[in-house]
Order: sequence, then structure tokens, then C-alpha cells
Amino acid sequence: MSSLVDALTALLGTDVQFDTRQYPHSVISCTVPRDKFGRAAKALKKAYALLAAEWATDETAFGGGLAVFACFRWGSEYLIVRSELPLDDPSFPSLTKKYLPAYRFERQIHSLMGAVPAGHPDLRPWIKFEDWPQNAFPLRKSFDARQSLPRMKGDYQWSKAEGEGVYEIPVGPVHAGIIEPGHFRFQAVGEMVLNLEERLGYVHKGIEKKFETFSFLDGVKLAGRVSGDTTVAHSIAYSIAVESMTGCLVPERAHWLRALFLERERIANHLGDIGAICNDAAFAFMLYQLSRLRELMLRTNYKLFGHRFIMDRVVPGGVTADLSGDGKKDIVEEMDMITREFERLIVIYDQNPSLEDRVRDTGLLSPEKARELCCVGIVARASGMNLDCRLQNPFPPYDRLGVNVPVLISGDVHARVWVRVEEIRESIRLIRAIVQGLPHGPINVDAVLPPSDTAGFAAVEGWRGEIIYWIQAGPGAEINRCMVRDPSSVNWIGLEQAIQGNIVPDFPLCNKSFNQSYSGHDL
Amino acid sequence: MIRILCQIFRTGIITEPLSHTENEVIETGTKQEEAVGKYFSRSLTIRQVDSGSCNGCELEIHAVNNSFYNCEKYGIHFTASPRFADMLLVTGPVTRNMEIALKRTYNATPSPKLVVAVGDCGCNGGIFGESYASVGGVGKVIPVDVYIRGCPPTPADILNGILKAVSG
Repeated sequence: MSSLVDALTALLGTDVQFDTRQYPHSVISCTVPRDKFGRAAKALKKAYALLAAEWATDETAFGGGLAVFACFRWGSEYLIVRSELPLDDPSFPSLTKKYLPAYRFERQIHSLMGAVPAGHPDLRPWIKFEDWPQNAFPLRKSFDARQSLPRMKGDYQWSKAEGEGVYEIPVGPVHAGIIEPGHFRFQAVGEMVLNLEERLGYVHKGIEKKFETFSFLDGVKLAGRVSGDTTVAHSIAYSIAVESMTGCLVPERAHWLRALFLERERIANHLGDIGAICNDAAFAFMLYQLSRLRELMLRTNYKLFGHRFIMDRVVPGGVTADLSGDGKKDIVEEMDMITREFERLIVIYDQNPSLEDRVRDTGLLSPEKARELCCVGIVARASGMNLDCRLQNPFPPYDRLGVNVPVLISGDVHARVWVRVEEIRESIRLIRAIVQGLPHGPINVDAVLPPSDTAGFAAVEGWRGEIIYWIQAGPGAEINRCMVRDPSSVNWIGLEQAIQGNIVPDFPLCNKSFNQSYSGHDL
Repeated sequence: MIRILCQIFRTGIITEPLSHTENEVIETGTKQEEAVGKYFSRSLTIRQVDSGSCNGCELEIHAVNNSFYNCEKYGIHFTASPRFADMLLVTGPVTRNMEIALKRTYNATPSPKLVVAVGDCGCNGGIFGESYASVGGVGKVIPVDVYIRGCPPTPADILNGILKAVSG
């Protein structure tokens, strides 16, 4: 039995009601009384669980009130703890003091759903800006998403630092480069950063609310546009979540092709990232060389699958693009070329002392902090955490091919570069194995629509890290709630922590080494 | 250092003509250079503004800068400040939370200025449409000269769109 379940039942006994009707086998879900929500989290923390996500739903369509959910992870086990909240008093015990990532999840729940995390130290709005009406809770069913909200007066209370020589640098939302918008406020003394406060939410497009207007099959298009650079991984996560609600059996070949798309997306993004990190350390050579390799991969994607980012090629029930015999040959040749060029370039990266001087010991995120913040993906693996859904929660062919997960403990910019380097090598190996072992057969089946009052869950390792989807079907078998947890939702706090004590000019370098998504976070 | 030089020489110049159909290529490429030369003293400066995109369009705008498309060859380069810009390249949909920032960026750009909306979302809000959080296409907030469609548009589409705007 699951160790998390044991820890929970040992503490709460019969107060825990397990939900056997919903969810795929990989996730266990249970409901606890609202006043025990905090104690449940405490017990799970003692059992070494990490907090993966926290969200709220409006269950008035089922005749209920609101409900708050927390998803915990330990190794390959996921456990969802749920508590019901009455509409007239939607408060619940805050988890922030037990789990740091709950800090922003709960601010978001408070801002967008209007449920109150009791005992939360900082209830400033998050995503919702100060010029929104206070009582507008977009995720509630009673909220009409088509309305345009009036602008109100209001101020955002920034954290302050005072003292001799302390000054502030506000940056954004429109940044200097071609990147997404967000606001960073530094307090610095001389060149040293004392504190960084992020303010995100500029690209909030109402994605989670928008999902509720889509059918289960069309929703995958929206999932593919949550974060354009991670379109494949988001589409796969959404599709697996929907498939898990219906017991839809995806053909073997479709699974393998999904893995192929996912690994190609990983390599292309890592190539771009390594180049951009070097460019932020004024080593433009690497940027141009690696973006050349990246461009070649995107062109192959276009030639073989009809889209440079392989957008909209993964759907519930399978995939819509196949790989021909010629395509296999193209991919093998391309992998040979990339390996040859990439290894040459990595020698140059590794033997450049001025680059080394910038990337080593910069932007340190210690393993202790990374664990405390429940970081995921490349950020976590550069700080000593052995987390990878391809290993811990695999879909075929990962269970057969195996994945070597690089884990470094130094937690600096170099570690985050090197995790990417090792992952590119591993992805090339996986792509070769996939192309060689690709099973024959159909590439999709007709997706069955989920029945009413069910929920689906999926965790997929995108190139940034673990992506979680949780989808709930309402009483009329429509999407009642679709929760999206991009890795950025947890990793952004890691950047705030990593930058302290660094010099201001190293911020772009640190930021790029994290390279978190604004769109995936703001939704 | 020797490795860097070897790699540079091994790679050579990989910049391509703008489109793959021969005559159109030279035509568009030359036109672009001519237009930039004529109207912008051989230097067109662009400020890119993400007003709510999913980052897909940004990746392709990045690609316009890579060695294959090499937009600098036409005198086009991207600047960090709207104060230096001749053109705003705006991706969308414009979110409610970015609406004011976009207007301010537009006002900070000296006239005369061009605005190019990139991507289906920048054109009309795309899949996100209009809602409490999204105002819709870029044209709803600031005047737009040229629209580049696509989800996301390819780097060649983006270059062609820029050309269309400058040769107006």
C-alpha cells in the first residue's frame, strides 16, 4: 500500500474517505473534513511528501459549495487530499507555513476563487491586479467570463528594504529582450541584490476559465497554447488526463510517437536555452551555433509532422501525425549530425574560463532550499532532487526504454546548464531507440467522452519539468474545472531565492538558467 | 580559441534568401533592403512587445535573428527601448493586465511609427478571444498597420510582414 495513505490514515483514521469512483490508478484521492486539511498536510510532510499543487473548485453544479484540493507527491505516488467548503464561509486552513509553494497557490485561490486560506501570512492579490474589482472571482460558476471588468483604484504593497545606500530597481513588465512580460523589483546595495520580488500575472488570459467553454476533445487545442514552447508536453498531459477518465486505450504506436515529439521538443528547447544562457554571459558564439542546430530540428519537425513546434499533433486518443520510413531515416541522420556538432560545442563551453567564471557559483539554489520550495524539473535536478516523471510516472515507451536522469548538487547556473547538456544526450539516445523500436499499428482511436462526475489526472515531464493536469467533468459531462500546473508555478519562487546575494548584472544569466514560463504560470 | 575559429569556418555562412521559391526570394529580399534603405536610412529598429502571447510567437521572432534568416542583413534589428524604435512588433492577445503597459509602450515610441501585430492571437484574440482577462486583438488597443497571421507564423512570414509594413 502507499506510504502516503498509511501516514494519512494513521493520523486521521475514519475521517479520511477514499474516493474509489474517480481517478486513474496512478492517483489516490480522498476527502478529509475541512478542519483536518492542515493536519493532513502536516502528516504527509512527515512522510517526506512534497506539495505538487493546490487548487480550488466550484462544485455548485453538483449542488455543493467550493472545494479545496492539495496534491502531494512522494516518489511515484500522488495523493490528492480534498476538503469541502460551504459557500457562505469558504475558508480553509492555510498550508503555507508547512509547505512554501502553497504561498502562491493560496494567494491565487484567494484571488481567483474567493476561498480564504486562514492563517496565510500575505493575502495580497496574485494574478488578479489591484485594479480589478475586489469581489470578482473569475473561477466561480456565477462569474460571467464574457464581461469586461471595470478598472478600480488600488495600490500593490511591495515589500520594502530600507537603510543607507539601499535602492530599488523596477524592471518590466516590458523587458529589454524578446521575452514574455513580468515585473521584477530588486532592492540592492551597490551591485549586490538584497531581495527580489516578482510580480507575475501580466499574461493572465483566463485559460482555466476558458477550458470550461470547450468540449473535452477541443480542449487539447487550448492546452497546446498554455505555453507555446511546451506545446507537446501540455497536449500530452491534457490528453492523458482525458483518457484516464474514459479508460481509453491509446495504441502503442501513438504512445511511442508522443514520446518522440516530447523528446524532440526537449532537445530543441534545451539547445536554445544553453545558447541563450551563454549569450547572457556575453558569449554570443554559442547562441548562434546552437540556434542553428535548433532551427534545423524545427525544420525537420515541419517537414515530417507539418508544424515547427509539433503543435496540435497530440489529441485525446492518440496522435495525428505519423512517421514514415523516410522520416525515420531523416531523424537518424539528424541525430548523427546534432551529436557531432553538439559535442564539439560542449567542449568549447567546457574549456572557456571566462564563461566558467560567470556560470559557476552564480545563482545558487541549495538542495535544502529546492526541496523546501518543492521545485521540479531541471531546476530540481540541478539542486540534488531526483525527480523525473518519465522515471517515476512513465507512459510507454519510457517504462521499457528507461531514462537516465542527470542529478547535480551544486545548484548554480552551470548545474542548470549541465543538466540540460546531459538531457540532450539522453534524449538523443531515446529518439534513436524510439525510431528503431517504433511498433506498427494505428496512431489513434476514437476518443470516448468522459462520463459525468469523474475526474482525470496526468503528470508528464515536459522540458521544464513536471506538468500536472487535473480535469473534472461536471454533472452534464462538460468540463467543470481544468486545473493546469506548469512547472513554472512552483519554480518561479526558486529564482527569487537563488538571486539573493548575487550581483545585479548576473540576474539575466540566472533568470535564463531557470527560464520559467510566464504564460504557463499566469494562465 | 582555435576550436571556436574552426567551428566558425566549418559552419560558414548559412544565411538564406528569404523564401525558397527562387525568384520571389531575391525579389522579397531585395525589396526589403530597398525599402529599409529608402525609408529608414538603412536601419529599421524594432521593439517587440509581448502583450499576452503564449511565447510561441516570441520563439519565431527569435528565429528571425538566427543565422538562417539573419534579419540584420536587411538592416533590421531589435532594440531594448521603445524610445529608439521605428516599429512595434506586438504579439497578443492583449490581456487586461498588459493593456496599460502596451499603451504606454506605444506612447513612448516616437512618431512616425509602425505597428505590426503578430500571430492569430495578435490579429483577433485567436483561441483566447475576448473575455474578462483578454481584450482581444492588438487593434483593439493601438492602431495596427499590418497583421501577420499564423499560429505561430513562421520566421519567413514574419520577415515578409515586416517588409509589407515598411514598403507600405
